[in-house]
Amino acid sequence: MYKVRRWVVRHSRVFETLYRNFEPILVKLHPLWKRLGYARVEAPMRAVEKSVKGLLFDCQMCGQCVLSSTGMSCPMNCPKNLRNGPCGGVRSNGHCEVKPEMKCVWVEAWAGSRNMQAGERIQVVQQPVDFRLKGTSSWLSVVRQQAQRNEERVQ
Amino acid sequence: MNFDDEPVPGYSLPILPGHVSPGRLERVLRAGKFAITSEIDPPDSADPGEVLKRAAIFDGYVDAINATDGSGANCHMSSVGVCSLLTRVGYATIMQISCRDRNRIAIQGEILGGAAMGAANILCLTGDGVQAGDHPQAKPVFDLDSMSLLEIARGMRDDCRFQSGRKIVTPPRVFLGAAENPFVPPYDWRPHRLAKKVAAGAQFIQTQYCFDIELLKQFMSKVGDLGLLEGPNRVYILVGVGPLASAKSALWIRENVPGVHIPDAVIKRLQGASKQKEEGKRLCMDLLQQIREIKGVSGAHIMAYRQEESVAEIIQATGVLEGRVPWYPGRDNPAQLNPESPQAIAQPAQAVYE
Repeated sequence: MYKVRRWVVRHSRVFETLYRNFEPILVKLHPLWKRLGYARVEAPMRAVEKSVKGLLFDCQMCGQCVLSSTGMSCPMNCPKNLRNGPCGGVRSNGHCEVKPEMKCVWVEAWAGSRNMQAGERIQVVQQPVDFRLKGTSSWLSVVRQQAQRNEERVQ
Repeated sequence: MNFDDEPVPGYSLPILPGHVSPGRLERVLRAGKFAITSEIDPPDSADPGEVLKRAAIFDGYVDAINATDGSGANCHMSSVGVCSLLTRVGYATIMQISCRDRNRIAIQGEILGGAAMGAANILCLTGDGVQAGDHPQAKPVFDLDSMSLLEIARGMRDDCRFQSGRKIVTPPRVFLGAAENPFVPPYDWRPHRLAKKVAAGAQFIQTQYCFDIELLKQFMSKVGDLGLLEGPNRVYILVGVGPLASAKSALWIRENVPGVHIPDAVIKRLQGASKQKEEGKRLCMDLLQQIREIKGVSGAHIMAYRQEESVAEIIQATGVLEGRVPWYPGRDNPAQLNPESPQAIAQPAQAVYE
């Protein structure tokens, strides 16, 4: 929902903190996910993620979430799917070139990032979308990678 | 400016130490000269002569010619096609690549093809949305964005790798460019976004039309503060300018062309003039002269859509080339003239082709 997602961006700092506390919990539960099998957890996790992030961010389930680097404004809502900043077509009122009724996702992202602790991450160049991950749970893949890194560090 | 190894049409220049491309644009910029580029309106036609005719208008006035890639999301001859025709007779081209119409597989192939055909400069663009053009029902691709396109193109050139990691035997030796629009929101991010583009591989920038000198000055001073205009990885900024045909067309552009900011004062100035077209040109000359004085600006990109013949007049009147005659086919040897240039047509055929 457009109104909700704009409200979220205005409170990007709160959501940044929430996620920062949420991610380690998911990572700690790695043994559980492993026991249940990541493949089996995928469907329910995807459903939860889709409903929560869908409501808050109008999440499009790209499967490789970058919200923490984009001021909590989802770049997949940009009609050009830009992952690295606004195009040159932003209107003088800050609205989108393609959808004039919508505020530019990246104008929002910049404002959101200014309120965040790790706001400077917006300056990091993002890789293009991996379309194989579309529709999968981004949380699970983050947890899996993080757990793997942790295990490697122990070894 | 004369290089002792001026090109044989269709062949590339040697790559100088510290340079990445065999092109003249990079040489002119690195030599610290005020560079001029302009762009061709690609024909809605498969006639190669039409492309050469449109290029000949700029003979002696520009350092490189942009070949647009479906600009405004309208269908025209492809940029790689235009570049191939132009490089064959020796013109320096800037091949525009937009992310709107092709995915990464097609784009990387295009970079190799364009470079093989002698395009020494590539301008990486996101592209206008399909809603702006003559095929609003088309599928917008946007597999990459301008930033990831820059990074991939740099990887192809410097690491000899496709995005997949697969090896490239002979890399594309291209000078990489990008666009920037300092005149639209979010204003305070624009200089930082430029820094991001430079980090992704941009070596030169062509900006959107500038009609607001104050905004440009603020932008340039921030870009300077960010250290983007010094050192071996510095970026060269070419500011976009162009003549407005009338107050009416200025109003139309402001309403309908995405990303063009035209202040009210500009429209008033045109409205108050008896000959609006002449005033449009004079305004462009005034802007160009002011732009040249701004610290850190390396050149200008003149976009004179449907007024291409005015480019020569604007450059002559402002003297921005400082007496320099950029190389063009036939400048030093009339036998090499672009066969569609008026000079070549005026001379007996033998003199041209002997």
